[in-house]
Amino acid sequence: MELRIQLVAIIAAAGLFVVVLELVRRRRLLERYALLWLFSALALLGLAVWSGLLEQIARLIGIIYPPNALFLIAFGFVLLLLLHFSLAVSRLTDQTKVLAQRLALLEQRQGRPDGEPAPDGEARASVAGRSGGGE
Amino acid sequence: MPAATYSTLAVVPAYNEAATVRDVIRELSRDAPDVDVLVVDDGSTDATAEAAREAGARVVTLPFNLGIGGAVQTGFAFALDNGYERMVQVDGDGQHLASEIRRLRDAMDGEPGIDMVCGSRFLRDNGYLAPISRRTGIHIFAFLLSRIVGQRVSDPTSGFRLYNRRAIALFARDYPHDYPEVEAVLMVHHHQLRMSEVAVKMLERGGGVSSISSGKSAYYMVKVLLAIFVGLLRRRPVVEPGDASPTAAAHGI
Repeated sequence: MELRIQLVAIIAAAGLFVVVLELVRRRRLLERYALLWLFSALALLGLAVWSGLLEQIARLIGIIYPPNALFLIAFGFVLLLLLHFSLAVSRLTDQTKVLAQRLALLEQRQGRPDGEPAPDGEARASVAGRSGGGE
Repeated sequence: MPAATYSTLAVVPAYNEAATVRDVIRELSRDAPDVDVLVVDDGSTDATAEAAREAGARVVTLPFNLGIGGAVQTGFAFALDNGYERMVQVDGDGQHLASEIRRLRDAMDGEPGIDMVCGSRFLRDNGYLAPISRRTGIHIFAFLLSRIVGQRVSDPTSGFRLYNRRAIALFARDYPHDYPEVEAVLMVHHHQLRMSEVAVKMLERGGGVSSISSGKSAYYMVKVLLAIFVGLLRRRPVVEPGDASPTAAAHGI
């Protein structure tokens, strides 16, 4: 691999690694979400430094110009990260929904809006017997 | 046995329905007086909650808009927490008639073991005319669902449904997010619950904006189709201890 492009790759990967570490240190990024970033940066850094391995990988998957293999691998990591975030967003959406529902039910029970009196929660308990499938 | 022996909660999901929700509640107290009414105000920015409270309903106000699935699920959770034996969903736009609840109850009383009764607009010709684009979509879902669940489902997008305790427990725990009705039919099937349909009259929408505008119907179609096909592959949690495992449910087209 040409030295110039190797240098650029090393600097970029190392820079990414340092930036992510710094964000974690400042508590701007949770470790949970930093791990995949750090792993990606390390893998790219390793391949950039150890160009022999990169060339082997490139040959293995039929890429003539080894730096292109680096791009391909980087792209793979980007996809992985995006999927990871979609999962995180989905989970947050679901959790937010449950929180909103619980909050609304709690407020209703306490009669928060307009000082509305608490509902007849106790009266209902008497009919709480399960009817099951026997209806 | 008269239906009144079962404690029943009517859940009215309402998003910016201040214009119609009052009438819906009045109609409920007139035509179904033994049914308790809970309005789920889905983060409305108008006076929906105030109007509902004035009309005498209990109101649960969500802190922000969750969409119809999240709103109705709030109703399921309320019904479960408060020990209701049955729950009926009545939309806040005046589309569902309180006087038709009787038909749903009769269907559930008349056939033991039914966990969900759906009010259908298409079982009988009753003059209901949805826009053609929407009707086409409904019929496609109806066809697919009927194949999957092995029983005729004529109106899978109807929200006018009566649930018993088992269905309430299931949906309080897991109810689809955005356009829940179609997927709910699948869930009932996968959990080996039983459903039936009964012909009901419905009105055109009284006011407000449908959760499905015509511009969004393509998105709706694709999303629900995705939900149907993913739903076929999904493992579902067992609802009640001792139940047969839901993954044992027979499915396949």
